Amino acid sequence: MSELTREQVRHVAKLARLDLSDDELDRFTGQLAGILDHAARVSALDTDGVPPTAHPFPMVNVLRPDVVKPSLDRDEVLACAPDARDGRFRVPRILEDEA
Amino acid sequence: MSSSDSDHDRDHDRDRDLTSRSAAGLAAAVRSGEVSAREVVDAHLARIEALDGSVHAFLHVTADGARARADALDAQRRSDGPESLPPLAGVPVAVKDVLCTRGVPTTCGSRILEGWLPPYDATVVARLEASGAIAVGKANMDEFAMGSSTENSAFGPTHNPWDLGRVPGGSSGGSAAAVAAGFAPLALGTDTGGSIRQPAALCGVVGVKPTYGRVSRYGVVAFASSLDQVGPFARTVEDAALLLEAVWGHDPADSTSIPTPCEPILPGLERGVAGLRVGVVRELTEVDGIQPEVSAALEQAVKLLEQAGATLDSVSVPSAIYGLPAYYLIAPAEASSNLARFDGIRYGLRVVPGEPGSANAAAMNGATRHAGFGAEVKRRIMLGTYALSAGYYDAYYGQAQRVRTLIIRDFDRAYEHFDVLLSPTTPTTAFPLGDKVDDPLAMYLSDVCTIPTNLAGAAAMSIPAGLDGSGLPIGVQVLAPGLGEAVMFRVARALELGFGFAARARPGGPA
Repeated sequence: MSELTREQVRHVAKLARLDLSDDELDRFTGQLAGILDHAARVSALDTDGVPPTAHPFPMVNVLRPDVVKPSLDRDEVLACAPDARDGRFRVPRILEDEA
Repeated sequence: MSSSDSDHDRDHDRDRDLTSRSAAGLAAAVRSGEVSAREVVDAHLARIEALDGSVHAFLHVTADGARARADALDAQRRSDGPESLPPLAGVPVAVKDVLCTRGVPTTCGSRILEGWLPPYDATVVARLEASGAIAVGKANMDEFAMGSSTENSAFGPTHNPWDLGRVPGGSSGGSAAAVAAGFAPLALGTDTGGSIRQPAALCGVVGVKPTYGRVSRYGVVAFASSLDQVGPFARTVEDAALLLEAVWGHDPADSTSIPTPCEPILPGLERGVAGLRVGVVRELTEVDGIQPEVSAALEQAVKLLEQAGATLDSVSVPSAIYGLPAYYLIAPAEASSNLARFDGIRYGLRVVPGEPGSANAAAMNGATRHAGFGAEVKRRIMLGTYALSAGYYDAYYGQAQRVRTLIIRDFDRAYEHFDVLLSPTTPTTAFPLGDKVDDPLAMYLSDVCTIPTNLAGAAAMSIPAGLDGSGLPIGVQVLAPGLGEAVMFRVARALELGFGFAARARPGGPA
């Protein structure tokens, strides 16, 4: 396990679409390093040949009949959104003109 | 008001009586006509009004809705008779604010969902309503259920009703405090790593984490989807069973919900523990920093069960101590994915940085999440994103998932020899507010005894085991294999009888 740097934290924040202030970057770098240090204890166990568990009860192919059922009212759902127009969610532009 | 002082005193005594009764007792009283559902609800709302200013168990009190529902049940009793009433008719219940309630604010203790009104009810909320229970409010919680003290709520902490200077535990601290303070005999919470059992222990009430998949997660705002489970709080073991039986069972809307029928708990509750084999988990009784009074309470639990005819022995679950580090990789990994939905587009807060029209969607996402999430949620998102990122995935997340397999195997081996297991619920009793807010790892360690059950997908519950030297409640934990609720409750009931815990929190001082 490697040392956690401020630059790595900045990179991870970018991946998570989470703006952090300089103060948060400083604080989190130390705190996350401490937590990861503790979490790295999992490497002490020999897990050769042990399969991973993603879910406590592996249930596969939960099937149901393909029938139309009532769903949430569109206008009611859109009323929860910060911005909506013409029956759609409205967002700032997603493509940047990178001049 | 024309009522005399003696009328006022009588009303006050009446309210205090109603708010100290069990859910089973209240349901019977409403059915028999001794009291109306409206009187029951009014008594609890009056207590909330008088005392929640200092406890802060609720983020939102649904007084009007609760009174209307009570009046409707009273009208039903008059028109269709007492037999027409559902089993929990008239019983007030607090609902953790992570459960979606149609048209009623649901914030998860977060600024990012402030003002959001869900367009649907969680399945458990719909089942509560069908059971006749009456929701009196949305209970405070650590933001998105991440925390062990309720101090991570964006709307201020909940105070422990036993000592207002101490935490109630978390993340379901509001639910636990509401039941301890007499605001409702029942509450629903969620438990991802101990978030029902730990606050139950710290508040001196019963708290149950059912088997993963036993209770529907539909309409539960997701934290860690392979660990989250809804469960009951109550002041008695019987009440906890009543509430669990009201909300559990298969739900087609949750594909991880277990389709097999639930083995009823209540019919066998008083069967006793004679002949049962109970194992005391060595690794969870020897954790660092355990309070001597907590160890003593566990020893007493062992004696009580032996006297009741159970066979007690010590058992090793060697990988259990790796539960905490594995959990702090798996839960944040799942959280970082689940919380990606809070992006300022479909619900809740949106923050657009810079000049109007200058920001793109990505800049809006980052600014919204910066402003809307608190420090602990940000830490977990960062931890999870890191644990899942290229180059670290196998060493962190992959290894944690393999350790999870080892924990499941170790529990399976233990249950070859024992019907249930026993451990402390938490290493210590309630700690002072502010004590651990700047030390996330110290906070995490208060869940060391509860986390392994979530990783195993099994069931466990905390029951009160007396008070420490400072008058603070101690909890003991009964653990059972998946779908082992019926035997787990039998053991909990035997412990309840043995401990005879009857002390009550007095958040307003001696009444």
